[in-house]
Amino acid sequence: MTARDVVLGRIRAALGDPRVAPAPVPREYRPAGAVATDLDLFVDRLTDYRATVHRCADTDVARIVDEVLGGRQVVVPPGLPRHWLPGSVRAVPDDNLTAARIAALDGVVTAAAVAVAETGTIVLDGAPDQGRRIITLLPDVHVCVVRSDQVVATVPDALTRITPHRPLTWISGPSATSDIELNRVEGVHGPRNLHVIITA
Amino acid sequence: MTRTFLGMPTTAPRGVGHLREGEPFPAAARRGLADPQLRRNLRHATTTIRAKSGAVIAEVPDWQQLRAAGSAVKADTMARLPELLEQLEAAVTAAGGTVHWAVDAVEANRIVTGLVRAAGADRVMKVKSMATQEIGLNEALEAVGIEPVETDLAELIVQLGRDKPSHILVPAIHRNRAEIREIFLREMPDVDPGLTDEPAVLAAAARRHLRETFLSTRVAVSGANFAVAETGTLAVVESEGNGRMCLTLPETLITVMGIEKVVPTWRDLEVFLQLLPRASTGERMNPYTSMWTGVTPGDGPQAFHLVLLDNGRSAVLADEVGRQALHCIRCSACLNVCPVYERTGGHAYGSVYPGPIGAVLSPQLTGVADNASLPYASSLCGACYDACPVMIDIPSILVHLRAEAPHPRAEAAAMAAAAYTMDHPALYAAAQRAAKLSRLAGPRGRGLPPPLSGWTASRDLPEPPPQTFRQWWAQR
Ligand code: SF4
Repeated sequence: MTARDVVLGRIRAALGDPRVAPAPVPREYRPAGAVATDLDLFVDRLTDYRATVHRCADTDVARIVDEVLGGRQVVVPPGLPRHWLPGSVRAVPDDNLTAARIAALDGVVTAAAVAVAETGTIVLDGAPDQGRRIITLLPDVHVCVVRSDQVVATVPDALTRITPHRPLTWISGPSATSDIELNRVEGVHGPRNLHVIITA
Repeated sequence: MTRTFLGMPTTAPRGVGHLREGEPFPAAARRGLADPQLRRNLRHATTTIRAKSGAVIAEVPDWQQLRAAGSAVKADTMARLPELLEQLEAAVTAAGGTVHWAVDAVEANRIVTGLVRAAGADRVMKVKSMATQEIGLNEALEAVGIEPVETDLAELIVQLGRDKPSHILVPAIHRNRAEIREIFLREMPDVDPGLTDEPAVLAAAARRHLRETFLSTRVAVSGANFAVAETGTLAVVESEGNGRMCLTLPETLITVMGIEKVVPTWRDLEVFLQLLPRASTGERMNPYTSMWTGVTPGDGPQAFHLVLLDNGRSAVLADEVGRQALHCIRCSACLNVCPVYERTGGHAYGSVYPGPIGAVLSPQLTGVADNASLPYASSLCGACYDACPVMIDIPSILVHLRAEAPHPRAEAAAMAAAAYTMDHPALYAAAQRAAKLSRLAGPRGRGLPPPLSGWTASRDLPEPPPQTFRQWWAQR
């Protein structure tokens, strides 16, 4: 008798025979598609989380990246659009860099998969313009470029746009803790600085 | 091989893990009540979190509909639990993970210990996990020479202070900044001796202290907030990034999960990801949520093990009234509204599950006889039910469990727990929620059910208040 058989047997016995049929789930909450996206709300929520928000044209991204990371060493995912990077930034492509190497870099620039206005959340899904999870974790500055058409209104909207089988990271502001007398402190282990660039 | 009869739901074994009270609740509670510092810390914490949570919940126009959906998804999950677990197992396996089943704490510890050894590691990093605390995994690892490192800041404070967590969400809330500074100075070998007690400075010290561990440890152990049967996706919700570190950096990831954490479909996450952060930390969304499905070549751990844990859950499931305690998503909202918890603190509950949910979950996991006073660790005011994002009717389960194990000593405990509130008429009158009270007590004047009937037989219950407990608590 395996543990699997024992556990499943116990659960079946606990539920009795015949089983009580599960009741249908009432889904009267706002479903995906129910709310229009509000970009100003997205900016407001991001700011509330102490992320720094920039809004500009796609052609202006490099200028903002220069302001934030100019003169510093930056890890970039393999598929990052090159025109987002200014000449002032020393870009280190992630070709399976070691954790120690990534940790020694100053920042990271990525795109995003989808973002949620109502909660100020950005979702990364490991696509080539976002890269491995580790590169947005170890450097202290994360600059994330979000196209306005990637911003959806609510959490249900976001779930319809992402694929479960990719490794997913949902980011809402910089890393934070409230464990010491409930004082919010940014950046315990993840990046301490999150810059979001919203492009048209 | 475990000596069990197939098909007999069984409670968690004695002698392992952290589910049983060392002493009855009233005795332990008295210590908490006598500690003014503890009560100040707790009051500050619960008041602050309540205010934040209330504000962000008020922003959501469909909060009650989300609660109803969350409750129904959980009920549906429990009704189909065997099939959903089999589906989860198949999906995780198909995605390159390995699934293990553990009938109880002893078996789960053996599985995890064996996996860590097989990976050739003598140290593991841990994401905060109630399930691994429940089974006493750290002690089991230490017993075979493996060092567990807690990486959540509060858990680290608790671990370094050789202490116990006192709250689900903020486990070190009983410690103030001066105490934390002392613990760090004493326990972190490389810490700056000029360390101040500024929270930002203390957090930075923890960051430096743990960084090397994150970069050099090859095995991590986590819990899980949700597991999607349909896709095999696991989810961990956190704030600090220590979760991301543990889920991303090691070669081997071992996740220990109670069997009740499964949800049927990917879409169900839309309900719980809205309910959990707002009810728990009072944020619209927590800073980080990680989701992974099996292993992803080239990204993150290349070996993933999922340990599915029973440890008394099948016994909880066997009780038609009590089984809804398994719906709990560990948000801790019920702790933060509970007048008894606020005064006694989490340690008084003797289990990793404190507060109102602990008062119903722990005695069911162990069998009521082993935690006989916990069903009395409540004033039955109903605030926990109002606060619960998945609408668990904790007061009804409390009454049900009291009836299940009439116990003279516990009855005395009941009076001790209830007496504090009831002896403070203003608090009591305000705390009673009219609808809840009338359901529990029957038509007004008839009194409370046994064993509280002994109290109400000689007294009239106070008038139901004009406002609900939550309204009153919020205005306090
Ligand atoms: S019982 Fe409800 S309120 Fe309490 S921790 Fe669980 S989900 Fe949260």
